[in-house]
Amino acid sequence: MSGGKNALPSAILPYAWLLVFFLAPLLVSLAISLTHAVDGSPPYSNPFDWPSLNLENYRSILSDDLYADALVNSIRVAATTALLCLLIGYPMAYAMALEPPGRRQILLMAIILPFFTSSLIRTYAMINLLKETGLINQALSALGLVDPAHPPSILYSDWAVQIGMVYNYLPFMILPLYANLARLDWTLAEAARDLGAPPWRAFATIVLPLSWPGIVSGVLLVFIPACGEYVVPTLLGGQNYPMIGTQLSTEFFQNRDWPLASAVAILLLAILVAPLLLLQWIARRSEAAA
Amino acid sequence: MTGRGLFRRSVLAFGLAFLYAPLVLVVIYSFTASKLATVWAGFSTRWYGELIADEALLEAAWLSLRLAFISATLALALGTLAGFALARFPRFSGRTLFAGMVFAPLAMPEIVMAISLLLLFVNMGEILGWPSQRGFLTLVIAHTTFTLSYVAVIVAGRLAESDRSIEEAALDLGASPLKTFFVITLPVIAPALAAGWLLAFSLSLDDVVTSQFISAPGATPLPVVVLGSVKLGVSPKINAIGAISVVLVLLATSAAYVVQSRRGRRLRQRSGL
Repeated sequence: MSGGKNALPSAILPYAWLLVFFLAPLLVSLAISLTHAVDGSPPYSNPFDWPSLNLENYRSILSDDLYADALVNSIRVAATTALLCLLIGYPMAYAMALEPPGRRQILLMAIILPFFTSSLIRTYAMINLLKETGLINQALSALGLVDPAHPPSILYSDWAVQIGMVYNYLPFMILPLYANLARLDWTLAEAARDLGAPPWRAFATIVLPLSWPGIVSGVLLVFIPACGEYVVPTLLGGQNYPMIGTQLSTEFFQNRDWPLASAVAILLLAILVAPLLLLQWIARRSEAAA
Repeated sequence: MTGRGLFRRSVLAFGLAFLYAPLVLVVIYSFTASKLATVWAGFSTRWYGELIADEALLEAAWLSLRLAFISATLALALGTLAGFALARFPRFSGRTLFAGMVFAPLAMPEIVMAISLLLLFVNMGEILGWPSQRGFLTLVIAHTTFTLSYVAVIVAGRLAESDRSIEEAALDLGASPLKTFFVITLPVIAPALAAGWLLAFSLSLDDVVTSQFISAPGATPLPVVVLGSVKLGVSPKINAIGAISVVLVLLATSAAYVVQSRRGRRLRQRSGL
């Protein structure tokens, strides 16, 4: 191998940092999730007292309807978000990829810009639109479509959470799709057209299969973090909207049951390990292809 | 324009409108004279005046800026090293674990990392006596940890597409690896470093979830304060905070774009393309 003879000088510092501040914390959570809550500081039993460790927290999460609901609901909301983002994001990424290069750069910046603004501010912007006296209801009642005395309330509902999630995660979908479509060999689709294939057929047999890696990474990049989303359900879902992220923080801050909260976190991670590994596998494959 | 071209343009127009309309409305309504966040009662800058007078808010903003500056700089150093190791060394022992630890934070739910880091700090405090309590330093560590991955990915991407022959030439001519890194590699990846730092800075500045778990009384970043008040209801004052942050991001991103595209043009001219 050319270049520096070994990776040690460049890798050692970030490697050590990530071992201490990324991997070790996960292991600590795993250990704490096996303890039980006590009154005191810290509010959990000694994780080094081996005989006292057990899986009680996991058992109670899995048998408790509250958590089962939150878990199922998180996965449902995240999957719907990924699907809706794909339906909106694919045509956008497709249209961007067909623009001339100069304009593509500007469009790319336009998509990245909201990604740089705080998700808190973006979610807050949604409250302005969705609340009872919000801008959507104002517009609808100005058009005579709703009764201003009894405006329908969208905020604090499934709908509000879903709209807020799609709004927040759309750039995460568009960027990998665009990265894939922009590199795609469009002459293949042209060849299909020249040989007489109708546009939909050229798309379905050439473009769609080639953009598969972009679709899968986009879906995973939305789905995985969306499962643990905290800000959107907290602000748009109302009190105790059942998602894992909100449940976890209630357990942690209000009930002060740290062992149970860690078990919820570890369980969430366990569910997401498979999609995370799939994502890394795709990243490695496209890295190898490049 | 053909029918299909028109369709493509409308798709883009609707998509961009969906992304931008809510933000534009926040900016517009930050100038309302009304006490209600979504009622237009004439133009006024009173909410910006109230922001400037709110000392607790200003203090939180100042803390957030210092936090973002320091953790972005640390993340830049660590992330550049990590990106370099990943891009230049396809095989070394422990590489799979290393790559996993670099990439996982990009997709993992932030709340899992947040709660885990808090538990680590609490345990370290119990066992090692440090950190005795959470504060600015623990926030810096937490923010550096989740932002360094973004820097590493950007740097690794830039290195993968850069020409290695110049580095090899320098090494063949007897430059030390360290000197080669500083004299050849760093200037080549400079735009990626700028982009990485800016991304890390803005991610840190915007962060709510990690900050909420790691912060302590006396060290509360701005987004945690804002989240607290948004939970109580919307107000034109928060519109004003939102407007300022949107405009700052707009300026920073455009500046990054101009720098990058100028540099790209210069490089193309210099290489005669």
